[in-house]
Amino acid sequence: MFACLHGTAADLPQIAQAFTPWFEQTAPGTVVFPIHALKRLYGSPHQIAQSIAQRAGAGVNVAIAETAESAILAARNFTGITVDPQLDHLDISNLPITEEMLGTLDAWGIRDLQQLAQLPETGIAERFGETGVYLQNLAKGAIHRPLRVFQPAITYDERIELDHPVELLEPLLFLIARLLNEQCEKLEAHGMAAGEVIIRLELDGQTEHARTLRLPVPMRDSKALLKLLQMDLESHPPQAATQALSLSLKPVLPRTIQNGIFLPVAPAPDKLELTLARIRGIVGENNVGVPELLDTHHPHPYRLKTVQPQITTLQPPSTHAAFRHFRPPLPAKVELQQDRPARLAASSIHGKILNAAGPWRTSGDWWTQTAWNRDEWDVTLSNGALYRIYREPDQHWFIAGAYD
Amino acid sequence: MNPNAALPTTLGFRPEARIRETLPTGLASLDQLIDGFPRGAISEIIGPESSGRATVIHSLLAASTTKYEICAYVDTDDSFDPVSAAAAGVALSQLLWIRCGHNAGHAHKAADALLHAGGFGVVVLDLCQITSRIANRIPISYWYRFRRAIENTPTILALVEKEPLAKSCASLMLEMKRKKAVWKGAPGFELLRGVELEASARKPVRPATANFQAKAI
Repeated sequence: MFACLHGTAADLPQIAQAFTPWFEQTAPGTVVFPIHALKRLYGSPHQIAQSIAQRAGAGVNVAIAETAESAILAARNFTGITVDPQLDHLDISNLPITEEMLGTLDAWGIRDLQQLAQLPETGIAERFGETGVYLQNLAKGAIHRPLRVFQPAITYDERIELDHPVELLEPLLFLIARLLNEQCEKLEAHGMAAGEVIIRLELDGQTEHARTLRLPVPMRDSKALLKLLQMDLESHPPQAATQALSLSLKPVLPRTIQNGIFLPVAPAPDKLELTLARIRGIVGENNVGVPELLDTHHPHPYRLKTVQPQITTLQPPSTHAAFRHFRPPLPAKVELQQDRPARLAASSIHGKILNAAGPWRTSGDWWTQTAWNRDEWDVTLSNGALYRIYREPDQHWFIAGAYD
Repeated sequence: MNPNAALPTTLGFRPEARIRETLPTGLASLDQLIDGFPRGAISEIIGPESSGRATVIHSLLAASTTKYEICAYVDTDDSFDPVSAAAAGVALSQLLWIRCGHNAGHAHKAADALLHAGGFGVVVLDLCQITSRIANRIPISYWYRFRRAIENTPTILALVEKEPLAKSCASLMLEMKRKKAVWKGAPGFELLRGVELEASARKPVRPATANFQAKAI
């Protein structure tokens, strides 16, 4: 048997929790739970209903019925306490029914649940399909379903207040390690991993220093997370002594991968993330990543994505001459003969131009700050070196790079 | 006592040369010359500008990414061109690009971190545009450290430079030479069609050279 509580009281889950940990919050104002285990404690269904109503107080309907759906229907439609409700004469509009279906049943003269329950099942199935059969079973009180047990949201947050302000990072890391160990154990117990780590340091002077680590792969190794936090706090240290700290882990499902027998060993994602964090500390945050080509005619049609490399579909290899950029481009002086480059001179490159192909005019993005407009040439110098040079509209020449 | 039993401990004993696994580049004539790049070892590619150093490196990266390996390009002078690398068949999503902003010290530290992390197919350390003054300042201990870090792994450390730097620490030294650019069309309306390149092995020494042509982009 099941008990259902329906009302506007906000603490319905707490009331249900006083009787059983296994309850379903069907809707914001409706909870339902099984009562078979309460018989030894409270006695008959009437006595159980009385106890529940006494705890819930006024304004909450309590219904006890053979099935969860019947209990819900009774609690929503009968005030006070209802045990073994008679739902036969309940209007069919109380069912979760569409307007169109209600109109059809009304045209047939079907008004209450008893009349709906007595209709031939095959006919209902033919006319209304699966939904009609479900509603008829609901009217008969024949729906037996498992409850969707209410799970309170689990958080992975913890806060420590320090007796004395801490200025150095090292003692702070001991505390962070303790918090991380606890939270990572909790994550492991729940079969989860961290997708994001947020650390907030409450500093002297009522200021806060917050850092967020967005992990490219879910992790729950406390040592790796501690190392990442250490490197992040070393590169972004707090500006004052820390009085309190709080750590928050955002739970996500752990990553599961199927490794192939014949696939080569790739860097482990968590170890690689540590390596990348180290390298970012050396060369800067925006200088490490995976190149991605962009759909544009810009001279540099790519960007650096700060993600980890991943195995993708294969491309057939082919022998193409590689290009090597000069960043920044080398300013050059170019002598022209019949509007074609004849001699090139730059800081470390100079010579007679033997062959030249161009000009290839490219321009674009004139509506943005990153507009480009230039005439490009491929040239061979007398020493055999092959360069790409370009002229800007202001007649300044540059060497973009070399074929290598 | 059998005198032969003491042979392995005598000074004159030379252990058998280790047979290393290699990674062919996909350039037929070059693979014929050097049997591919040795894994677990340092390889040097030297030569002047436009000699095809980057072309060989792109072919090596393409061959490695084709085998589902993750590679890294430590770019000392921000000179890497993803467009020509993609045209050569490099799977860019499998390539980690580290721009070091003209700082050779940072490049060495980044390469060191990558090699010690392990798991990479090819790690390229591009030192093409560093000056000889900076090249001479690189401590030789770096190369021993790098060699030790990869010696029992499948990782290839490829150094691209103007002059040899790792020297005795390198198992392969490939010297690239400019040959000629291939132009087509009448004078004044020429088009660059490709580049003819020549590679010779300086270590181990091979008498022959490998010639191949790379298409212009």
